[in-house]
Amino acid sequence: MKDMSDSYVTADGRTIGPVVMEMKNITLRFGGVEAIKDISFDIREGEIRAIIGPNGAGKSSMLNVISGFYVPQDGEVWYKGSRRPAMKPYQVAQQGIARTFQNIALFEGMSVLDNVMTGRLTHMKTGLFSQALWKGKAEAEEVANREVAEKIIDFLEIQAIRKTPVSRLPYGLKKRVELARALAAEPSILLLDEPMAGMNVEEKEDMSRFILDVNDEFGTTIALIEHDMGVVMDLSDRVVVMDYGKKIGDGTPSEVRNNQAVIDAYLGVAHD
Amino acid sequence: MNEQLAYTIEVFANGLMAGVLYALVALGFVLIYKASGIFNFAQGVMALFAAMTLVGIQNGQVPFAHLINSIFGTDIHYFGWTVHSAFAIILTVGVMVLLAVFVQRFVFRHLVGQEPIILFMATIGLAYFLEGMADLMWGSDIKTLNVCATEGACLPQGMNVWLEGTTYEALGYGFFIDNLDIVASIVAAFLVIGLVMFAQYTKQGRAMRAVADDHQAALSVGVSLNFIWILVWSLAGFVALVAGIMWGAKSGVQFSLSLIALKALPVLMLGGFTSIPGAIVGGLIIGVGEKMFEFLIGAPFLGGATENWFAYMLALVFLVFRPQGLFGEKIIERV
Repeated sequence: MKDMSDSYVTADGRTIGPVVMEMKNITLRFGGVEAIKDISFDIREGEIRAIIGPNGAGKSSMLNVISGFYVPQDGEVWYKGSRRPAMKPYQVAQQGIARTFQNIALFEGMSVLDNVMTGRLTHMKTGLFSQALWKGKAEAEEVANREVAEKIIDFLEIQAIRKTPVSRLPYGLKKRVELARALAAEPSILLLDEPMAGMNVEEKEDMSRFILDVNDEFGTTIALIEHDMGVVMDLSDRVVVMDYGKKIGDGTPSEVRNNQAVIDAYLGVAHD
Repeated sequence: MNEQLAYTIEVFANGLMAGVLYALVALGFVLIYKASGIFNFAQGVMALFAAMTLVGIQNGQVPFAHLINSIFGTDIHYFGWTVHSAFAIILTVGVMVLLAVFVQRFVFRHLVGQEPIILFMATIGLAYFLEGMADLMWGSDIKTLNVCATEGACLPQGMNVWLEGTTYEALGYGFFIDNLDIVASIVAAFLVIGLVMFAQYTKQGRAMRAVADDHQAALSVGVSLNFIWILVWSLAGFVALVAGIMWGAKSGVQFSLSLIALKALPVLMLGGFTSIPGAIVGGLIIGVGEKMFEFLIGAPFLGGATENWFAYMLALVFLVFRPQGLFGEKIIERV
């Protein structure tokens, strides 16, 4: 582990900044069940941070704590240097934390472009009446927002389906549109809940490439949950490993790979 | 010009005008249904409540006068002033916004995620609560509603003389069109354009459409569901006020005003529960349909009074062949 306060440069030349979010001793209970038990970890600016673990390890619960969908019974969430009070999910989103969902939550009745534009909602500032009449500042703002949306649509190679209603898209493309909508918010932290779940090998490769490109091109901080170990090890800078709601490992992919607790709990005991 | 043809055109025009009034009521239903999936049975009572509040404020009536008098033994009924229509309308809009906050805070916030039938029952409760509240606040006597810009420049009543004269000179047959209907049509047109622009282009409109589509996704892009629901109920309250003014000016502000909600039902079945343009087109079809049917078939062959049931029959036919209405979203249950 590197020094917490400093920035450092990775082997592939990206700069990883100081800590932007820190989870301190988070405990989350549903009735008598402890989904998360006293977990602490941090997310640094510009890195790809993965949370892995077997089914039911509490990974999604952790993501829901970060994005405000669940409120933990114990522990503190520190964001950009100050403690975050209990917040509603929409307030967390307004603070610059965007997310995708494991089961995809898109606006099915809207076109791809409209979906991506909703990602810009937190950036729309001009008044109600000027927006309705589409004059002056509001028009300039709309054009600027539209430009960002189009840039992201280009970047994720979904230009061809810009006007298509989302309900008609296949699963893999929906996942990509959801990523586009989250990116459109130009988030400080992007949370991806199993971005590659249910995809075939080719789609997984595409998605991995997009995640790396997004991080590289926009410098977006990404925290993701993933099942597929191979993918995670290739993608991420640092990995948190969870099992039965507890943290059993934290470090670079190679550190985690050689951690005996992780090997036992998640990868299975080595055979050779 | 053939007199029979001219008469038919006149009936058609009157049907359009009546349709606009139906559409005004239906609009309120669509707004709330679209954004929250609640079929708001109280929409008609909201129109009544808005109209009564407007008249009460205009006439300087003391709200809850009966209650106050019976508790304190006083005998007050009026403040002794009258309030200008424009100012009274603004105050009434304020009351409708307060009502929206109240409804969201004390009723629907506690019912998030409940079955549609439970939400529907809640609106029935709300309807009777509001009716009682209107009675308690403003009394139950029939009131006349005059909305005036200045002294003498009120919402017009009666036949449009100019139109009658012009058509008489041009066609040899004077058209009878009610002035109030013309005003209502113009107001409704502006209202619809305003609502559509709001929904399409404003941040709040986008957020509203987002909430209508998917709650979780809306939260994740920074939209407060609570705020949007209050906004939608406020809008529905405003639409109810407009409908209340038009209907109230036409037939007096009385408790039967809340029954206009029943006229909105066939309009919704035609236009679809989720479409703003659908509410307008549905209203016009019902309005024209029932007037033309009465004129061409009802009166000569069926002994008249078909206007009472024609709309419902038409709606029934639609339910059988196109249950989602003309413009509504296709009903696909997720499996």
